[in-house]
Amino acid sequence: MILLWLLLVPAAGGVLAWIAGARHPDWPRWIALFVLAIDFILALTLIGPAVASGHTSWIASLDLPWIPQLGISFELGLDGLSLVLILLAIALGFVSVVISWTEITDRVGLFHANLLWATTGVIGVFLALDLFLFFFFWELMLVPMYFLIALWGHERRFYAAIKFFIFTQGSGLIMLVAILVLVFVHQHATGHLTFDYLALLGTKMSPSTAFWLMLGFFIAFAVKLPAVPFHTWLPDAHTEAPTAGSVLLAGILLKTGAYGLIRFVVPLFPDAAHAFAPVAMALGVIGILYAALMAFGQNDMKRLVAYSSVSHMGFVLLGVFAWNTLALQGVVVQMLAHGISTGALFILVGALQERIHTRDMRLMGGLWGAVPRLSAFGMVFAIASLGLPGLGNFIGEFLILLGSFRVSVPLTVIAAGGLVAGAAYALLLVQRAFHGKASPHPDAAKPIDLTAPHLAVMAVLVIAIIGLGLYPQPIFDQVAPGLAVLQHNGAPSVGAAAQGSQ
Amino acid sequence: MRELLWLVPTLPLLGSAILMLGAGRLSTRVEAMIGALSVGLAAIIAFTIAAGFLLYAPAGTVYEQTLWRWLDVGGFSAEIGLRLDALSLVMMLVITGVGFFIHLFATEFMEGEEGYGRFFAHLNLFVAAMLLLVLADDFLALYAGWEGVGLGSYLLIGFWWRDPANGLAARKAFIVTRIGDTALLIGLLLIASRLGTLDIAGAMKNASQTWQVGSPVATVAAFLLLGGAVGKSAQLPLQTWLPDAMAGPTPVSALIHAATMVTAGVYLIARTHALFLIAPSAQLAVGVVGGATLLLAGFSALAQNDIKRILAYSTMSQIGYMFLALGVGAWSAALFHLMTHAFFKALLFLSAGAITMRIHHEQNIFKMGGLARRLPAAFWSFLIGSAALAALPLVTAGFYSKEAILSGAWADGTSGRVLWVAGIFGAFITGLYIFRAVFIVFFGEEHTHVSGTYGWRVIVTLTVLSVLSVVGGLIELPPVFGHVTLLSNLLAPVLPATREVTNLTPLLLASLVALLGIALAAVLYWRPTRAPAETPLWRFWHAAGGFDWLYDRLLVRPVLWAARVGRNDVVDRVYDSIVWATRVAHQEVRRTQNGRVRWYTAGLAIGSICLIAIAVLR
Repeated sequence: MILLWLLLVPAAGGVLAWIAGARHPDWPRWIALFVLAIDFILALTLIGPAVASGHTSWIASLDLPWIPQLGISFELGLDGLSLVLILLAIALGFVSVVISWTEITDRVGLFHANLLWATTGVIGVFLALDLFLFFFFWELMLVPMYFLIALWGHERRFYAAIKFFIFTQGSGLIMLVAILVLVFVHQHATGHLTFDYLALLGTKMSPSTAFWLMLGFFIAFAVKLPAVPFHTWLPDAHTEAPTAGSVLLAGILLKTGAYGLIRFVVPLFPDAAHAFAPVAMALGVIGILYAALMAFGQNDMKRLVAYSSVSHMGFVLLGVFAWNTLALQGVVVQMLAHGISTGALFILVGALQERIHTRDMRLMGGLWGAVPRLSAFGMVFAIASLGLPGLGNFIGEFLILLGSFRVSVPLTVIAAGGLVAGAAYALLLVQRAFHGKASPHPDAAKPIDLTAPHLAVMAVLVIAIIGLGLYPQPIFDQVAPGLAVLQHNGAPSVGAAAQGSQ
Repeated sequence: MRELLWLVPTLPLLGSAILMLGAGRLSTRVEAMIGALSVGLAAIIAFTIAAGFLLYAPAGTVYEQTLWRWLDVGGFSAEIGLRLDALSLVMMLVITGVGFFIHLFATEFMEGEEGYGRFFAHLNLFVAAMLLLVLADDFLALYAGWEGVGLGSYLLIGFWWRDPANGLAARKAFIVTRIGDTALLIGLLLIASRLGTLDIAGAMKNASQTWQVGSPVATVAAFLLLGGAVGKSAQLPLQTWLPDAMAGPTPVSALIHAATMVTAGVYLIARTHALFLIAPSAQLAVGVVGGATLLLAGFSALAQNDIKRILAYSTMSQIGYMFLALGVGAWSAALFHLMTHAFFKALLFLSAGAITMRIHHEQNIFKMGGLARRLPAAFWSFLIGSAALAALPLVTAGFYSKEAILSGAWADGTSGRVLWVAGIFGAFITGLYIFRAVFIVFFGEEHTHVSGTYGWRVIVTLTVLSVLSVVGGLIELPPVFGHVTLLSNLLAPVLPATREVTNLTPLLLASLVALLGIALAAVLYWRPTRAPAETPLWRFWHAAGGFDWLYDRLLVRPVLWAARVGRNDVVDRVYDSIVWATRVAHQEVRRTQNGRVRWYTAGLAIGSICLIAIAVLR
């Protein structure tokens, strides 16, 4: 039942925040903080070993009837992978509320309602084990996100919001078709109509059917990740979104794409996915380098961070399709570290925009003198972003490279070039914003440095990224049983494996 | 006492953390105390541990201390652990010892600078990372230190951040070395995948057991490590960042870009010598890289007018000697030269800093002149450093270490003899370029105004390093001068034995060319001279062979061009064209809805006819 509460608490909190917003703008803020804190504690109680039974490894699960006639049920399951991603989602939701305190002053109630509902949708995606329910949550997180961008965004917010909506909606549609076909194929084979993920695992189908279905799921998740060439919605969405929207997007919405690849694409269609792996890994590598080049060329600081995000997600795609323990554990750490470091960078860009009213790095420079704390944190997270050992991102990237090295040496070597490219754009950001000559700001007044709430958030994020970099073992241990089951389900059949090795 | 080993890297790290967190709240005095004392305490502990190590060597002459398990996943594990053996011991003593005195010097040198605390925070961070690099018992931890020193170097080169040129130099240093670092990382992936572990000792043991001499995998692995080494140590072809790195404050140049970080490549190759022994072609490449770099850098040093750039090229050249030594199998000679070089090059940089801090930070040697009388302390220390660098026979530490390298090359077959020629020629150039600087800076007429005085911290540091630059060579003397072998005895358990050279020819020739170089410098530059004319040859060497120009054309510009042209993401144009096509189709279709009944009737009629035609003709 605790899983249901995980969903109900933020969903109900959203309604409450909306209503309370009419009374006083601070109320929704406090409600959101309170609700997310409760949810975080609920999730924390779930940390611990999985209840091992057969080939599943759920820490907690729940199965309620919903639409039995169509084989749809309200089925939730939580393993280590879902848990760490949910913890990240709630924590970043909390952070988003704190950093929006002064930035969002308009329709505060509705803003926090959307924020909480988007979080609910993401938690649902990480929990759902019924494909229909999964799709429901997939759409649920999309709509509040659309409003966050469209209502509270910057100059070109409608363009960005619609672009975001069409990309994710269009690819979601492809996934819906794939889900339905999969269900009918399963019904044809077994005579049993069900959307149950566990029942659909191992469905017998022809290789070509499997390939097209796999591709349907893959495209939906690759758009969300995003993988090059489906990434172009992201820079616009990030740039135009309010800071909290960017944090949620980068920190957690993107992770649903990676999660979907790990949970659904490979285990449901093991042979097709393994045949497709070289292509997907190549897309990942192209993404790493292409997005890094794009990041290097941007003048808009937020766009730079957005492209760096795409570059980091290239590592995730590479790691997922390498499909071994090292790479998958690396993917998990990479997702957490990216959520923290990129989230932090978006917060800093947002704080900077609040102060100097521009994101254009041509108008910045020499900010270290004016806002040393903000600049120092910017430096720390830029360095995390370029993969310095001791900080979380390095662990992720190293393990992904180590895992993919066993699958494809050439792709891994090219991917490692991303480390040089990462250094180039991250240090360029530091140079153009914080170092160099101070350029005359649009505002003559000297901007004020980070204030206490932002400092607290930054301190927590710095500690988190260092902790992840120096002692990631608890994460590995928490995730390992769940990943082992997924790997077992996702292992190619013997014939296909023999083919693959030829 | 050994149990305190973990404190050696931790103390500077702690100092750095305190300085960063206390930024803006601590007084300059407290910041100086924390900055210098954290390294000083680490040095005291390090020397105490060393004394214990020498008196009562631990079993197997190795002491290991595991701090914590970093990661253990999917059959791969790595730990943060320290390994103290003779090799890391020597490195640790150099880093903490020389490091402490450079910190002490810097507390005075940096007085009045904005960001005083930040300077020491970064300098301490660098020392901590450097200690992790040399003490790590696992490649992954070594890599962490390796990247950490790169970060420290980046932060300190760009210390004066208001000038964009410094930022450019800092980024250049980081990115160029990162190319090497990435090669190193790929090497580590290869080692981890093929040998099953990143534990250094374990991997080296497995390497010599599983790989044949000359096996392709071993050769590739060794070349990848060499890639990392040439980046960090500023050797060909990744040497271009070092001269620009002189944008940092002078104590930084002394510590990072002379005494410690740039020698990390030498340490790495010495540490992984087992791999290079089974990859002879890679080992030969190490020697060739060293020989080529030492000549290139030597000639370049001759065509510089900036005192720090002269020293930068000289550092590159001296590390070339160390690579040459590694290449010819004179392992302990490489370490010997690493140590003496740390003494005399730190001394040279600091005395250069002591000069410039008194003459308004002027670095052009042709604007100095006659400073011997005005700045005797700086003069004598610079002179001693120069003598050691030029390997002035008998009385300097540099003579004994360079002699050991050249004798080793002499004795190493044909390829060694070729490298020996390069080394001998380089020794001549060395004497020439450094005494060119000495004569121009300290003799002749004065062109500058001297102000200020030295405090005790500058004097003490210069004195200590001067003494070390003279007597530091006495721990290892060739057979003809008493045959002291303290250092090679110490290193015997970790490094392969060096060939015994009893032939006196190389020693005499090395002494002769060093003296010749100095003599030629005296002849050419004794009398006051003006800045050299800018002949094409001079420009060529001034630009160090034009590598910057080449890389700029081949790599930097294409990337910048691609970034500028592609800024708007061509992929998005594909989606834009879909949008455009939809709009156009929309416009076209909309035209048909024009409200004219005649058009609609015509449409209906044409449609019906088509349908009937299809039905009939089918």
